[in-house]
Amino acid sequence: MAEFSIDRFVDRYAERTSGMSASEVRALFAVAARPEVVSLAGGMPYVEALPGQEVLEVATQVLRDLGPTALQYGGGQGQLALRDRAVMLMAEEGVDADPDDVVITTGAQQALDLLGKIFIDPGDTIAVEAPAYVGALTAFAAYQPRFLTIELDDEGMIVEQLERAIVRGERPTFVYTVPNFGNPAGVTMSRRRREHLVALCRETGFPIVEDNPYGLLRFEGEPLPCLRSLDPRNVIYLGTVSKTFSPGVRVGWVLADPSVIQRLVLAKEAADLCGSNLTMLLTERWFSNDARWRSALTGLIDTYRWRRDAMLDALEEQFPGTASWTHPSGGFYVWVALPTWSDTTAMLAAAVERRVAYVPGTAFYPDGRGVDRMRLAYCYPTEDRIREGVARLATLLEDDERLYRSLHGS
Amino acid sequence: MRIAVLAGGRTPERDVSLRSGHRMTLSLGELGHEAWLVDPAEVPLVETLSERRPDLCWLALHGKEGEDGTVQRLLDLLQIPYTGTAAFDCEVAFDKVLAKDALQRAGVPTPPWVVIEGWALRDLGGGAALGKAIERIGLPCVVKPSRSGSALGISFVEREGDLPQAVMAALSFSGAALIEAKVAGREVAAALVGTALEPLPIVEIVPKEGVYDYAARYTAGATEYFCPARLSEGASAAVAAFAAAAAEALHLRDLTRVDLIVDANDRPWVLEVNVSPGMTETSLVPMAAQAQGLSLGDLCDIVLRSAVDRI
Repeated sequence: MAEFSIDRFVDRYAERTSGMSASEVRALFAVAARPEVVSLAGGMPYVEALPGQEVLEVATQVLRDLGPTALQYGGGQGQLALRDRAVMLMAEEGVDADPDDVVITTGAQQALDLLGKIFIDPGDTIAVEAPAYVGALTAFAAYQPRFLTIELDDEGMIVEQLERAIVRGERPTFVYTVPNFGNPAGVTMSRRRREHLVALCRETGFPIVEDNPYGLLRFEGEPLPCLRSLDPRNVIYLGTVSKTFSPGVRVGWVLADPSVIQRLVLAKEAADLCGSNLTMLLTERWFSNDARWRSALTGLIDTYRWRRDAMLDALEEQFPGTASWTHPSGGFYVWVALPTWSDTTAMLAAAVERRVAYVPGTAFYPDGRGVDRMRLAYCYPTEDRIREGVARLATLLEDDERLYRSLHGS
Repeated sequence: MRIAVLAGGRTPERDVSLRSGHRMTLSLGELGHEAWLVDPAEVPLVETLSERRPDLCWLALHGKEGEDGTVQRLLDLLQIPYTGTAAFDCEVAFDKVLAKDALQRAGVPTPPWVVIEGWALRDLGGGAALGKAIERIGLPCVVKPSRSGSALGISFVEREGDLPQAVMAALSFSGAALIEAKVAGREVAAALVGTALEPLPIVEIVPKEGVYDYAARYTAGATEYFCPARLSEGASAAVAAFAAAAAEALHLRDLTRVDLIVDANDRPWVLEVNVSPGMTETSLVPMAAQAQGLSLGDLCDIVLRSAVDRI
């Protein structure tokens, strides 16, 4: 008799990989990527709106004028000229920074991993919003923390809950938040909550990790101060050009105290030696022309605003009265709450069958909640496709409601 | 021969199917055939096949469309021979409601079940009959979509209160849900290959988390397999006999996998049959073949000869 293990290394993997498994949802997303499916699932920036000819010119210029540098290794901290551009972009949002306190990362996603690597020991507590950005949860999870979840309302993280948790004896290694147009909830932390959070963390000595990919994608209203500008000493700030320019260049950064930056640079060098000089130079050159990047960004913001409007109008017209959703004033996402009996994970197969996809809510909670929630992204599909997708979802919700009523005798 | 390997498609099992398809294409190539992969989700199928006119289609599609007779009927129309079960028989085998009925009529033991149709729930107030289902089937039970592969949409129900949710989940995948008695025991798979559907050694499946669900199937290392299965001689013989009886009752051809459970009294129950079993590096049929000393190429050759015999 032979014992077959499909994976002969199965007993050798690190404990931290235990949560990494195949899932039905991933299988369904393989189908949802088909063009006939209206995908309200992925948060893909609409890079088609960028002026292609100008991008080509910049790329050509980089390879023509800076070829040998572009094709070479670079330093672990990232090019100084690009760090200057990062400083410039942060200044747009009122964050004052020194390029020495910045490390360029492979997207802000790598920054999340590196922060996990330098801060999290197994069993440490990380405070996160509930719901939270799924990519942060998975990046941190590899370092085996315990998640302390803090609920959100329409003013963002309910900081009072965090305060009570700290009084109860919770000692988070850091508090992670996406205060502007967060993924998935689309809500923005109010000024009052920002001030409260910053004061609470300063007093108790718990650092804040502020992840701000969407801040410059504001459709209306006045910008609110970044947490970093409220407390430069206690806030580690993450930025990216993924939403203002291109996610394909994989350029993000961390702004933090020199001591944190020093460790991050060492961790970054251990992970991948350095970022891509080619795409760093491309990004630096892109942002070197003020009129160019501002005009491209304005184009993106207009596109996303129209799409946001199309989605909110379609939801208002078509979704059943039992559903409610957030009204983002920027960013990519609407977060929908369905009746509590709903199971958006189970419903995804029927949605894909009807040629529409979304992300089930459970992805955004580390503790299995969110079964009755779904994230809808309006960033990528055209307005017509958004209306069509919402209509398809609405008929599915109606059918599900009839099923539920029948099964529960009402 | 010139062989088009059909794999991919638009089902949740697309990725699994592509992995099966790539391996089949390579193996057939090594056997000296001209084999190429055709993904019906990427190219217009009829046009592509009409242009290249393969001698035979190797069906490595999984799930609806690939296993439910749809593609088979199209190939019948185009008069292109294919591997595996004929269109009508696929339709029956893929639909658990029809297949279980056919098995029962043929005297093949399969766990007791009832069926609940989505439209009956939505339009006829069928939800009121759910209590009856529990009365007849008892708890724990398994709720499955009637037409879906790879354990997608399956729930195990211990408490009556969880049944409605499980039914809704199954109905997300299919128009009807089966509520089936849960038989406790060893899960086994019996593969049958060739013109005479010769049995390969039985594979025993031991999921580490206790349930052989989607994650246990497709996460390498999440499940342990024993081949041949750790069964008594009597139980092994009964599994082989019932698998053969199931294949005969459902008119399966060339290559099939019958999934069974062997209860505490060594009695096997047929859970379902697969007309297009997975052929990936983590699939059961290649594992069973390996235990018999057959390479993937040998296995392909046997299946191919069986299909060619019909031309």
